[in-house]
Amino acid sequence: MTAVDTPTTSNVGTTKLRKEDAHLVTGRTQWTDNIQLTGMLHVAVVRSPMAHARVTKVDVSAALEQPGVVAAFSGADLADQWAGGLPCAWPVTEDMQSPTHLPIATDEVRHVGDAVAVVVADSRYGAADATEFIDVEYEPLTAVVDMEAALADGSPLTDTQLDTNRSFTWQKIDGDVDAAFGSAAHVVERRFINQRLIPTAIEPRAVVCAPPREHREYTMWSATQVPHILRLMLALTCGVPEHELRVIAPDVGGGFGSKLNVYAEEAICLVLAKRLGKPIKWTESRSEGYQATIHGRDQIQDVALAFNEDHTLRGMKVELHADMGAYLQLVTPGVPLLGAFMFNAIYKMDALSFTCHGVLTNKTPTDAYRGAGRPEATYAIERLMDEAANELGVEPFELRERNWIKHEEFPYTTVAGIEYDSGNYEAATAKAKELFDYDGLRAEQQRRREQGDKVQLGIGISTFTEMCGLAPSRVLGSLSYGAGGWEHASVRMLPSGKVEVITGTSPHGQGHVTSWSQIAADALGIPFEDIEVRHGDTAVAHKGMDTYGSRSLVVGGYAVQVACDKVVAKAKRVAAHLLEAAEDDLEFDAGTFQVKGSPDANTSMQDVALAIFAAHDYPEDMEPSLDSDATVDPENFSYPHGTHLCATEVDTETGAVTIRSYVAVDDVGTVINPQIVEGQVHGGLAQGIAQALYEEAVYDAEGQLKTGSLLDYFVPAAPDLPHFTTDRTETPATTNPLGVKGVGEAGTIASTPAVINAVVDALRPMGVNDVLMPASPQNVWNAIQAAAPADGGAA
Amino acid sequence: MIPATFDYVRAGSIDEVVDTLKEHGDEAKLLAGGHSLLPLMKLRFAAPEVLIDLGRVEQLRGVRDLGDGRLAIGAMTRHIDVMDDPLVREHCAVLADVTAKVGDPQVRHRGTIGGALAHGDAASDLPAALAALDGTLVAQGPNGSREIAASDFFVDYLTTALEDDELVTEVRVPKIVGPWGWRYEKFTRVAQAWAIVGVLAMVKRSNGSIEEARVGLTNMATVPVRASGVEQALSGRTPDAIADAAANAADGTKPSSDLSASAEYREHLARVLTRRALEAAAR
Repeated sequence: MTAVDTPTTSNVGTTKLRKEDAHLVTGRTQWTDNIQLTGMLHVAVVRSPMAHARVTKVDVSAALEQPGVVAAFSGADLADQWAGGLPCAWPVTEDMQSPTHLPIATDEVRHVGDAVAVVVADSRYGAADATEFIDVEYEPLTAVVDMEAALADGSPLTDTQLDTNRSFTWQKIDGDVDAAFGSAAHVVERRFINQRLIPTAIEPRAVVCAPPREHREYTMWSATQVPHILRLMLALTCGVPEHELRVIAPDVGGGFGSKLNVYAEEAICLVLAKRLGKPIKWTESRSEGYQATIHGRDQIQDVALAFNEDHTLRGMKVELHADMGAYLQLVTPGVPLLGAFMFNAIYKMDALSFTCHGVLTNKTPTDAYRGAGRPEATYAIERLMDEAANELGVEPFELRERNWIKHEEFPYTTVAGIEYDSGNYEAATAKAKELFDYDGLRAEQQRRREQGDKVQLGIGISTFTEMCGLAPSRVLGSLSYGAGGWEHASVRMLPSGKVEVITGTSPHGQGHVTSWSQIAADALGIPFEDIEVRHGDTAVAHKGMDTYGSRSLVVGGYAVQVACDKVVAKAKRVAAHLLEAAEDDLEFDAGTFQVKGSPDANTSMQDVALAIFAAHDYPEDMEPSLDSDATVDPENFSYPHGTHLCATEVDTETGAVTIRSYVAVDDVGTVINPQIVEGQVHGGLAQGIAQALYEEAVYDAEGQLKTGSLLDYFVPAAPDLPHFTTDRTETPATTNPLGVKGVGEAGTIASTPAVINAVVDALRPMGVNDVLMPASPQNVWNAIQAAAPADGGAA
Repeated sequence: MIPATFDYVRAGSIDEVVDTLKEHGDEAKLLAGGHSLLPLMKLRFAAPEVLIDLGRVEQLRGVRDLGDGRLAIGAMTRHIDVMDDPLVREHCAVLADVTAKVGDPQVRHRGTIGGALAHGDAASDLPAALAALDGTLVAQGPNGSREIAASDFFVDYLTTALEDDELVTEVRVPKIVGPWGWRYEKFTRVAQAWAIVGVLAMVKRSNGSIEEARVGLTNMATVPVRASGVEQALSGRTPDAIADAAANAADGTKPSSDLSASAEYREHLARVLTRRALEAAAR
């Protein structure tokens, strides 16, 4: 904390109804697609139907004859518009192979959905119709789909300009792995598949770009999580000077990482606005988005644990094949590497080796998807701990407890070399077990096993942690990331005593306006209602690193707190001056500065704000302003943790899985708004359960996306999800003044292994030791068939 | 998600529909609830030149008692109105129960019985129900109307016996009289998805034994299928025979393999679900 007194807390920790909701639920939102500008034109993108091909001809002339069409361009037509390819900000190794990624391909397409031409028309319908008149000829090339085959000698190439499909191999070795495994009494090895997912934010992506009018500035509205990053990167990609580009993220309807990027369509709209001098709009359709917006996950995980005779964990080996897709998007190669710090999870061990092969394939690029590298790591370690418990013949909780970091051992430097500042796995686990009726369910499971019920009960455990609050800039630097992880906030004290908080984070459903108001209200002693939070517009929030990686509260909320502290410190000097008292004799509480021991000698923050606005009488050695800025760079990540328990009923005849109960006890440190935290956990659980049971992006051998729409890609809805029992323990982070840890990804990270562990646990007596995700009825039935004796499993 | 250009005709009567169909032939498509057609058009899998909207043809709505032991349900009667109709609930509640499992609430409030059947999708729920009920459809065209049995109506994948210039005007189902029980087992990936497999079992009980059993299978072929071997095996038998009979439920079916299920797994599901549906129906 800074030098100011600790104010009375009245807002932080209480549920305040979200300031955002009234306009959301009454339809007064401004989504990018709602924006209508005079003279606006619509662009439609012609996309490759082939996974890999040489483009031998693009003829747009017939499209130009279509009604309402204003222009049409091939990739070659616009090739001189790009100052560079679409950016990858995370060159993880010096020799990383990165295919050139022009917004519109010129001579080679590398995945289904790769752009080959654009049509601009006076209506969206007209543009879509005209795409059918663009004549593109392709010479098919072999599509590379399978990651392991892609690395084999003589494999066809995903990109004929490269001589390998290996983008990189990245390794991090901590401790003496050979010693740990060489002297181990037990080694447990598995291969897990973390399948490819499609983020499916409810609002599709959309872009509007207006050319300069009165002055030289382009204005872009985009359904993005990252207006600040987008501005910088588009400036570099399109050759528009950064100061002549304003980026606005208006209301944004979810992102989950899919809007943490710099996309071809954003560059296309900017360049078309420049070239045609008209506002340009593009809105993706759902099936278009499934090809052109990033996917998530997609790892083959070969993992092993080494144990002593007494079940003490000695070491872990991790070898990943991570599917990059056809191009490296903004942070594609860095995503799996976050796992290098997370596979060891909450456990103590002497050694950890992590090797990741980033593999190029002719598929839609992958990138950060809610959790980004950490769900994959958590899945592997928590699945593997259950498998180890089974092989070692111990209760899965017993094995975990033997090896996890005890609460009295914090702060604890893990084998991966990062310091967990705080945590209490014992407390979260005890609470979860009680809420779940763990012992009662184990007894019921035993009964049902003995009775040979057709529907078996399974119990799944996930004791997880994650690293949030991306990120300490020096750590990002050490991982070759192209930028820092600081965050910025400004606080403006208005003369009437109202407050504007400007944040560099860019919410798209998280409720920052509400939570930041709560922080500022307590810090400044100003009513919650008197605070406005502004965000998501580079002309208003001039500095920021945006929203992803559960960073907004941990870093951005921290910045708000520090900026407020600076306001209070300035106000205190003014108050002391006005009250003719020494600064040290003032105390500040709930918005009032008071001379200690003299209750009548006081003034309010609002009065000070008015006084400094008038500026008739203020200390000589300061400027007449309370306004403050803060840019904070976190000293460490934050480490939320928790214990999730899932009970599934598995129909052994059909393979159908039903979640009977789900308990999530999360420790996210200090809670600002309990209802928002609970909402984040609920949404996260839905997405993690979706990976476990429902969702999978499937490509065929030719690189065609078989799950090309919501018809085939099963996103669960409310009827498919159980009632969630959520609760919390609260172990404040010690690395930021708020004690917060972040909650945006916790539910997603924790829940997938909890569900799969429960499915496998239900079927363990039948000889099942793994089931492919998603644990669809077919996949569960396959696992039962594979494990059962020849006459088993029949109806 | 942008459909190709089309002309739109809002018909006011059956005659007007028939005339418009005659004029445009297979270039025209009928728009009922639109929940199957519009998604196909938005993906440009279908691109009719003319859409004939049936929404204002009042003759096509409602349920009436034909007086011959059957009900007639207007083709444009929405699913929700079939479910709530007093005549259906009294005389053919099995149809109301199956209809209640069609799609999701939005689909049931827009989709129609005639539209769902005329689309000819054996993965949807109503074709198997109509087959199990031995129902019929009335089609009207330039040469008048004709009644087509469900068993003749469904010809192949998304293909029916309707001519290009015909529309379905009503659906006829028998009144279910006597001690019938039924169960529709719908097995899906998510609640709002199509059935991977669906089984409608209807059982008429008599003195502790099964007088008559009917089994209609959803999504086990390109057309709805009656598991006639199972039905015959149960005639006159006690419910104890169900397990053995249901083991033959997949006989004669030709299920497809897709992302949700292999053909082999669909056959397995048909056997399990047929047993379960019959046991529930016979209870």
